[in-house]
Amino acid sequence: MQAVTQATLEFVKQYWAPLVCGLVIVGVLPLIVGYVVLVERKIMADMQARLGPMRVGPHGLLQPIADAVKLLIKEDIIPEDADKLVFWLAPVLSVAAALLAIAGLAIGPAFQIAKDVNIGILFVVGVSAMGIFGIVLGGWASNSHYSLIGALRSSAQLVSYETAAGMALVCGLLFAGSLNITSIVQAQYDQGVWFGLLAPVAFFTYLVASIAETNRAPFDLPEAESELVAGYMTEFSGFRWSLYFLAEYTNMIVVASVATTLFLGGWLRPFPRTTWLSFIDFFPPLLMVGIGVYCLMRTPKQPVRVQQTFMLAVAGLCFAVALVLVAPMLVPAVKPLHDGILGAFWFIFKVSLYIYFFMWLRFTLPRYRFDQLMRLGWHFLIPLSIINVLLIGIAMIVGTYFHLQGWSLLLTTSPASIIALIIALFILATEQKSEPQKSSAAPDSYA
Amino acid sequence: MLDQVIFYFFAAIAVISAILTVTRRNVVHSAIFLITALLATAGIFLQLRAEFLFIVQIILYVGGIMVLFVFVIMLVNLDVAVRQLRFARQKWVALLISLALAAQVGLMLWSTGKMPGQGVPVLAAVPADKLPLNSEAVAKSLFETYLLPFEIASVLLLVAMIGAVVMAKKRT
Repeated sequence: MQAVTQATLEFVKQYWAPLVCGLVIVGVLPLIVGYVVLVERKIMADMQARLGPMRVGPHGLLQPIADAVKLLIKEDIIPEDADKLVFWLAPVLSVAAALLAIAGLAIGPAFQIAKDVNIGILFVVGVSAMGIFGIVLGGWASNSHYSLIGALRSSAQLVSYETAAGMALVCGLLFAGSLNITSIVQAQYDQGVWFGLLAPVAFFTYLVASIAETNRAPFDLPEAESELVAGYMTEFSGFRWSLYFLAEYTNMIVVASVATTLFLGGWLRPFPRTTWLSFIDFFPPLLMVGIGVYCLMRTPKQPVRVQQTFMLAVAGLCFAVALVLVAPMLVPAVKPLHDGILGAFWFIFKVSLYIYFFMWLRFTLPRYRFDQLMRLGWHFLIPLSIINVLLIGIAMIVGTYFHLQGWSLLLTTSPASIIALIIALFILATEQKSEPQKSSAAPDSYA
Repeated sequence: MLDQVIFYFFAAIAVISAILTVTRRNVVHSAIFLITALLATAGIFLQLRAEFLFIVQIILYVGGIMVLFVFVIMLVNLDVAVRQLRFARQKWVALLISLALAAQVGLMLWSTGKMPGQGVPVLAAVPADKLPLNSEAVAKSLFETYLLPFEIASVLLLVAMIGAVVMAKKRT
């Protein structure tokens, strides 16, 4: 017993900082996710020419909090014939995997919980993939056909698309030469070019596969509400349902962060090596000041007093963030934090753009049929990604032979990408010629 | 100290959930305990500072193979599965083999330190910062020291994969 207490003390003494960071993330992430949901609803409303949530707070800014309270006090229903233990375990498993993956990420050079992990990006990818068990077991434990079909679809979808995503990651890692997240971003700084530009086909493959892996539209077949009520979440209500929701959006943040780290230059600003473009460093504070001024301008137009104060508070928050961003340039005492703060801004900015792209696709494209989804995965994306890895590898060898670095590597990698695309399209074309319209006869053969 | 506590923690979880995997009547519960056992083994790899093995264990066994297992298990009619006899006739053979295995391992542990040159080699502890980077070390041994066995294994796997595709195609 004494040994255990001693070990615990030793553990706490050695790892108190990551523990505190982990607790903060677990506490803050639901709030962030709540606001991502609000942003999504607002963007959806904008694309459909509506206003979206407007009632709670100015422009619905307090809607996430109202939603959270509603979800917490809802009745918790467990179906009579459900497997109680697994039903309880499943949503927890989903959230735990998603939150654990966050631990491996680096939000800027200064903000990283697990520093210098040798397997960095593999940890994030591998652990977040474990969240699938939450979906599959939840669907099975509900003892309902809709849930089970949703779970089956989800596991089939993940198994199909993980190969393509893995191959796309391999392409990026070929350029980086390391799995460590800090080294990956450092490699992009040294080359002076984002790996997404060097391997656009790999980036595209990862983009599509990551949408499929997070079960987002147009690949949201596991919860296709027009066919399966709510898929694997049908029997879940209240807090358990909100755990699934939290896991889904956390996974979105995780895949966006992985893509940002590997393909979009992580926390580096655009063109990190070009010194005459350093005025881009002033973009973040100016953007925050712009949003703040806009909020101030809108303040008098709010109908209620409370909403006016809230709008003022938002403007103040924007100015405060701008001040934090600009402080390292003015005050010499906090100069060392310069890279950390600006890096965090660029990282969050890129992740937001990636997530915005997800939402954009969701409101633009109709849902795939399940056999179309499988066809896209197995007949197009997997061959494309395998050929791409092969050709990018050859391009790298040719590049080292001619001593190409950075932007000039494009000379060898862009032909490789184009050839990979042509071959994959050729495979797709011959596929369709040899099986004329067979799939439409049995659309339900997979699910 | 910390290392030992972590090791015994994960080892206990691995052993208990391995036993539960065999004894549970519900197949899905068995699968969950198998996942737990695999994760605990991954934890032991991590405690030994073999990060690459840790994550490969998770990605391949937990994220790949077990997803397929659960996928198939969910299609099984559980009521029938529960009524079936779980432990078949090879009980005595299994007991004999496991006793032999236990004796072997026991002898190995017992002879450690008693007979020079026998038993488990006791290696000197290396401080964590002196260890070679794990994924690099694995890559070096796979692609330099043991290149030929590695290539043979890959060709074997490729043949198996193509064989599986051909067999699946034949039916339709």
